[in-house]
Amino acid sequence: MGLEGLLEKHHRTIVNKWFDSVVRTYPADTARFLKKQKDPFANPVGRTTFNGVEGMYDQLRGEMDDEAIVSFLDPIIRIRAVQGFTPSKAAGFVFSLKSIIRETIGGQLREKEDLEGLMALEARIDRLGLLAVDIFMGCREKIYQLKANEIRNRVFSAFHRAGLVADTPEDGPETNKTIE
Amino acid sequence: MSDLPKPEESLSNLDHEPPQTGWLDTPIDIRKGMYCYAANPKSQKYVGFPHAREWNPVEDDWKLPENWQEILHQGFKERLDRFRSVKIFMDTCVRCGACADKCHFFIGTGDPKNMPVLRAELLRSVYRNDFTLLGKILGKLNGARPMTENVLKEWWYYLFQCSECRRCSVFCPYGIDTAEITIFGRELLNLLGLNIDWIATPVANCYRTGNHLGIQPHAFKDMLDFFVDDIEEFVGVRVEPQYNKKGADILFITPSGDVFADPGTYTAMGYMLLFHYLKERYGFDITWSTYASEGGNFGFFTSHETMKRLNSKMYAEAKRLGVKWILGGECGHMWRVIHQYMDTMNGPTDFMETPVNPITGTVFENAKSTKMVHIMEFLADLIKHDKLELNPKRNDHLKVTFHDSCNPARGMGLLDEPRYVINNVCNNFYEMPANTIREQTFCCGSGSGLNAGEDMELRLMGSLPRANAVKYVHEKYGVNMLSCVCAIDRAALPAMTEYWTPEVDVTGVCELVANALVIPGEHDRPTDLRGEDLPGWEEPEREEKDAE
Repeated sequence: MGLEGLLEKHHRTIVNKWFDSVVRTYPADTARFLKKQKDPFANPVGRTTFNGVEGMYDQLRGEMDDEAIVSFLDPIIRIRAVQGFTPSKAAGFVFSLKSIIRETIGGQLREKEDLEGLMALEARIDRLGLLAVDIFMGCREKIYQLKANEIRNRVFSAFHRAGLVADTPEDGPETNKTIE
Repeated sequence: MSDLPKPEESLSNLDHEPPQTGWLDTPIDIRKGMYCYAANPKSQKYVGFPHAREWNPVEDDWKLPENWQEILHQGFKERLDRFRSVKIFMDTCVRCGACADKCHFFIGTGDPKNMPVLRAELLRSVYRNDFTLLGKILGKLNGARPMTENVLKEWWYYLFQCSECRRCSVFCPYGIDTAEITIFGRELLNLLGLNIDWIATPVANCYRTGNHLGIQPHAFKDMLDFFVDDIEEFVGVRVEPQYNKKGADILFITPSGDVFADPGTYTAMGYMLLFHYLKERYGFDITWSTYASEGGNFGFFTSHETMKRLNSKMYAEAKRLGVKWILGGECGHMWRVIHQYMDTMNGPTDFMETPVNPITGTVFENAKSTKMVHIMEFLADLIKHDKLELNPKRNDHLKVTFHDSCNPARGMGLLDEPRYVINNVCNNFYEMPANTIREQTFCCGSGSGLNAGEDMELRLMGSLPRANAVKYVHEKYGVNMLSCVCAIDRAALPAMTEYWTPEVDVTGVCELVANALVIPGEHDRPTDLRGEDLPGWEEPEREEKDAE
């Protein structure tokens, strides 16, 4: 069986192992919950992660459509970006797919073209990892922006609309004009 | 650059798996983004909170009073005697785990100490050590541990990662109200001056000037007057709100967030337009107060005494003005305090009458004791009796869902009235999944004084379960508006949606009502109360719609 066949045959095993590798980045009690609870609304972290890794696995084997990949990767990284993970820990799970694939089907690859195929797949995984870092940074920037704008967006803008905030006129403060 | 790890630290740091220690042995790690700034001592002193001082949660020395352990032990003991519920909640839990995965902060943070049972165990472990024989003899074997500075820091960190939303208590087979444990724990921390500024300063402001931001009466009136101008521009009628009117039939109290913070301000305009309509049509007589200018009660997050003091201002004002009853706006913990604590603290309110809707004659028996009616009950009653002329088509550009705010939903059982109102003013309403609404609603993640900017990560994690359900209805039905009946929600949810579901906006229900309300003498109203164009309500389309 060639690379594609093996990736298809071991689809469930690889996806589950990949999911486990993400879940293991959480404390043991949490990891149990993330795996056990299947309701997506009771367990958004677990189910978003599972659906995401499964979707990405399919994409990696297929067309690797950028938009589709982001739709699976973004929700996972968006969660991890607020959970206190460092960038390497937030995005690191992407790279663990390489060792999972090697460990699961590596021994069964005989043909040169399959090994080349594996290398190409790993290059795609590297791209995915870099994409994860980009998304992580985007999320962190959004968080900083939300922090900075929190007060301004709400209270300040209401006051400003009501004309209760004294803006400095474009031609300088009033006092300067008096002195002149 | 100094914050960057050295290469060797960086490499050793790449182990992605956390330490697998039991909770008692996992040391606390106070992370930025997860806590609110310490209370400003000036604010604490203003309301007489003990041990006010400058301190910083990330520094080792919290500058605790010398006898802090004694203060805490004594405070614990007094409250065990005073609140039978606390004693029962300390003793009853069998650690079945039913609550464990129900907390939005646990679900979002993935931190086991945010499982409600573990958060309560932080206190119970000390309770066992100090107040039970078994705990004293068996110590750690019995889950007991002495109070140390580290334990105290753990209390502080996790008690301020609970929004007292009570979702966990819905699932407890023994009926333990874990929120009450947080309330109790925070009250103990308050004895040591360990509160947060987002709570302490609003409390001081509310006590001094009547509202959280410390806005003085003239500025409060200025804001409402500004809304009068806006309403005139967007609707074409000039409303005339009454202020501090002695002898008015009804006093209106709402959170100040509705007056000072977007998008709550549009809800406030909604109230004003509604009152104008009722006055024109039925002679409705209601007054705002610049003294009781805050419905929210942040005292609830400090101590029972402070909660009582702030709550009493509303009733003092009702007495001073001589109104018959109080109508309350869209608020969260105002209603929790009214419904669960007010009567014991400041009742009976024998100087007012059992609320009767002057327009429909409905007697609000449920408010017989507190004399305070929720605006959703009031609106539902008006609509049921066909007293409002509504054109829900004006909200046709919206696909609306409803976030049950924790306090009105779980704290007072207000589940159907908001839905009834929304369904009468909107044609496109979609519920979020059943295990995320009504009694099981997920918190906004910012309740109980956690709605600050510095703890944004905590808030975003806490709001994840709610946002996840919003995202679902957005993707499935195209929902673009999240409605709610709480000022904290209106302040907190926009940040949530901006991060998790940027295509969804936030509104109060009264804003939706006012946009659908047909006002006598209105002009063409091509915009909504935000001044934004209403798609399909430009002049020609309007005529077509009327012809339909």
